[in-house]
Amino acid sequence: MKAAVIVFPGSNRDHDVARALRQAGATVVSVWHADHELPAGTDLAVLPGGFSYGDYLRCGAIAGRAAIMDAVRAHAARGGLVLGICNGFQILCESGLLPGVLMRNADLHFVCRRQHLLVERADTPFTNRYARGQVIDVCIAHGEGNYAADAETFARLDGEGRVAFRYCDASGTVTREANPNGSFSAIAGIYSERFNVLGMMPHPENLIDNLVGGTDGRGLFDSLVAGLRTAA
Amino acid sequence: MSQTAPKTEPKVAPKITPELVAEHGLKPDEYERFVALIGREPTITELGIVSAMWNEHCSYKSSRLHLKTLPTTAPWVIQGPGENAGVIDIGDGLACVFKMESHNHPSYIEPHQGAATGVGGILRDVFTMGARPVAALNALRFGSPNHPKTRHLVAGVVAGIGGYGNSFGVPTVGGSVGFHTRYDGNILVNAMAVGLAKANEIFYAKATGVGNPIVYLGSKTGRDGIHGATMASAEFDANSEEKRPTVQVGDPFAEKLLLEACLELMASGSVIAIQDMGAAGLTCSAVEMGAKGDLGVELDLDAVPCREEGMSAYEMMLSESQERMLMVLDPAKHDVAEAIFRKWGLDFAVVGKTTDTLRFVVKHRGEVMADLPIKELGDEAPVYDRPWVESAKQPVIPPQAVNAPMTNGEALTALIGSPDLASKRWVWEQYDHLILGNTVQTPGGDAAIVRVEDGPKGLAMTTDVTPRYCEADPVEGGKQAVAEAWRNITAVGGLPLAVTDNLNFGNPEKPEVMGQFVGCIRGIGEACRALDFPIVSGNVSLYNETQGRSILPTPTIGGVGLLDDVTLHATIAFKAAGDVLLLVGETKGWLGQSLYLRDICGREEGAPPPVDLAVEKRNGGFVRGLIRSGRVKTVHDLSDGGLLVALAEMAMASGIGLALDALPGGLPAHAFLFGEDQARYVLAVPAREAERILAEGKAAGVAVSRLGVTGGDALTLPGEAPISLNGLKERHESWLPGYMAGQIG
Repeated sequence: MKAAVIVFPGSNRDHDVARALRQAGATVVSVWHADHELPAGTDLAVLPGGFSYGDYLRCGAIAGRAAIMDAVRAHAARGGLVLGICNGFQILCESGLLPGVLMRNADLHFVCRRQHLLVERADTPFTNRYARGQVIDVCIAHGEGNYAADAETFARLDGEGRVAFRYCDASGTVTREANPNGSFSAIAGIYSERFNVLGMMPHPENLIDNLVGGTDGRGLFDSLVAGLRTAA
Repeated sequence: MSQTAPKTEPKVAPKITPELVAEHGLKPDEYERFVALIGREPTITELGIVSAMWNEHCSYKSSRLHLKTLPTTAPWVIQGPGENAGVIDIGDGLACVFKMESHNHPSYIEPHQGAATGVGGILRDVFTMGARPVAALNALRFGSPNHPKTRHLVAGVVAGIGGYGNSFGVPTVGGSVGFHTRYDGNILVNAMAVGLAKANEIFYAKATGVGNPIVYLGSKTGRDGIHGATMASAEFDANSEEKRPTVQVGDPFAEKLLLEACLELMASGSVIAIQDMGAAGLTCSAVEMGAKGDLGVELDLDAVPCREEGMSAYEMMLSESQERMLMVLDPAKHDVAEAIFRKWGLDFAVVGKTTDTLRFVVKHRGEVMADLPIKELGDEAPVYDRPWVESAKQPVIPPQAVNAPMTNGEALTALIGSPDLASKRWVWEQYDHLILGNTVQTPGGDAAIVRVEDGPKGLAMTTDVTPRYCEADPVEGGKQAVAEAWRNITAVGGLPLAVTDNLNFGNPEKPEVMGQFVGCIRGIGEACRALDFPIVSGNVSLYNETQGRSILPTPTIGGVGLLDDVTLHATIAFKAAGDVLLLVGETKGWLGQSLYLRDICGREEGAPPPVDLAVEKRNGGFVRGLIRSGRVKTVHDLSDGGLLVALAEMAMASGIGLALDALPGGLPAHAFLFGEDQARYVLAVPAREAERILAEGKAAGVAVSRLGVTGGDALTLPGEAPISLNGLKERHESWLPGYMAGQIG
């Protein structure tokens, strides 16, 4: 399993996600935003968290138009896997790989805390090591995570089962109080039509170690690595 | 200073009048000293340069004599004060680089940008030395919650700190927030950064080699922040908010690029010396690099990347635009170095060279705008032995002299929801404290813990000071600030190694204020010596006064300690019901200057608790040994609010209640429960372990006593109604969000 972590100016969780991928057994290469090609044999392209271009203009707007993004779009079109976390999710929305937009958190504050997520399905390349309906404990750290889309888009996402994760409480109940940013329908992550692109606001890459909060984030990286091993 | 300097240099050089000199913050005798030094009347640019070099902020002219008395060495200290940051050896070829610095004056005038650039400046200090920042902390003091500006200042400062650190990508893992009416007109924003570097790859500011290029790196120079350092060296008056244009504007994105570019540049072997442009920008950085290397420096300002058209030499030399560095480059590596900066989209310009003249020469548009002796600019800065008077001793208040106006349960409920003790979750949830994936202890514990790379080591970090103690007795207060930082590191299992201090005081020209400064320094020095806890970096912020009223003396101590095995650490949360609670240290029921006396009895008075450094060391060593051997997992140090507040915090952190045994006789219950005696810790351990620890304490001459047991969902005190844990937690968590939403106060 070869993962390419794209580094934009202002990416800052690129090392964190690379560490999580390596721990799961992936080979990780870092790719500069100004490059035009992904390394040969790339299975997974990762758009990491951070503040690409300082969040100037709109979060992810400038990075969504970086040279490397044509290669990422082509990779996705071929059915290759793409994972965007936090700023990476924003970039995926800005680059047209995922629908919708991430707005300012409803309370207008950046929020960093532990957060429970409901795993909506466990039959995707990203979640096959989780169980459907499982509640996982990860962390969030964002100021613009409030997912919004028009009614038609949302109806499609819901109808096609493309909601990946929802914010929930410890019991797995989706409540207003458990929604940290006002996201529509408590959406924390969504898939593309072919389920090969995942964008999510929370950071599974920071929950991979019992000493540092827990290991619930590992499942996502193990899923990716294990899935590819099976496919091969 | 009531006016800012002219924006552009007039065609005809302005006459240097006494008024102009005064506007630059120089006293008449200081100006005379400068004229005598250079043997002629200075140009306006030279006047600007000397005003920057000789102001309090850069020259430490009031504090230097006293700072010299502080202990700064130990076998593990690689670099003490005098560089961008202090450096200590943490083994395995690694060094920890850290410093704390204030951004008080700018943060009052423009809280968001003031605080943000404070964080930016201290991060730069750390990565200038070749270290990658791994943690940020802060210490914040605001005015009374009732003051009309407090809410706005809290919101702005917190957003500014978060906005900068989050984007830069460093976890903000710890800090303190306090409120007091004496900060109404002068808030304190002290920011600390901690980084890791290879011990043999530290970079310094000392220039070497004649004729080497001096390179300007980072963002462009604009007109922001001109005279920022001079502003930070003056008292505020009613018109202070007009100084907003002297506050710099931060760009964490540029700083993140600068970090990556600098570390890449350092790894390429092209850097001879490097210095960040902080206070007084280009002036201070160029002079320091030359003076430290016994070299002259010649700058050609035509090459300086400018953001605005038509900037004068005066403006360029005094601009405090952010995210800039100055470097002496190995000329053979010019192309490599430039390519790295171009890759990151940053400015890279050769703006001068080192010389053998020992002169600081500034050229602009073909003219020499300044030509000054470089060593003397620093070395000959005035040093003052300012007159001071010792603070009046406050009477010792015996425990029996304080009556309890309410039950202890009621007092606890009131204290736990008071501004100083209420949960600061609203603040630290706006800081990304989890990025980098190494935060072992998040905010809310005694000290933050960050794992060193992939382990097994860890760093423990904290910021501490109790300003009301310092006001009542500067020497004891100074000692206590150090002891508390040492104790907080100890309470998580760390071995305290070194200190960065941030000394915030009023106007040093007033003998009473100077007396507070001198007293605190004495106490800090005594404690640092006794606890093997040397000071390796720091910052002094004076003139924190508005309309003649000074802040409480606030010498913030930033401590760093080491855990050899980060898995062997302690946290404050109870681990299980049925564990035995042990108190380490002796309780005399010291209520003078306690929060109980202030917030429950309405009396802010008395002598603060004395600090016995030998007892601190003995008790701390005992507790640390238990944590490091893996026998104790639950520890909390006792500080503000005393024993019962500490127990409540441990219970709230775990959701497990407790029941206390009968209280010891001979003391009023409220003095035992709320006294702020020093050198104390609470431990929670399984019953069998408790027996052993009691016996070992006895053998080691450490006072250890049994307090009670954990369990249930309430705090039960003998003879009082149980205090519901949920109710307590609700009070603890609700004050700050309610206050910020305008629902309280």
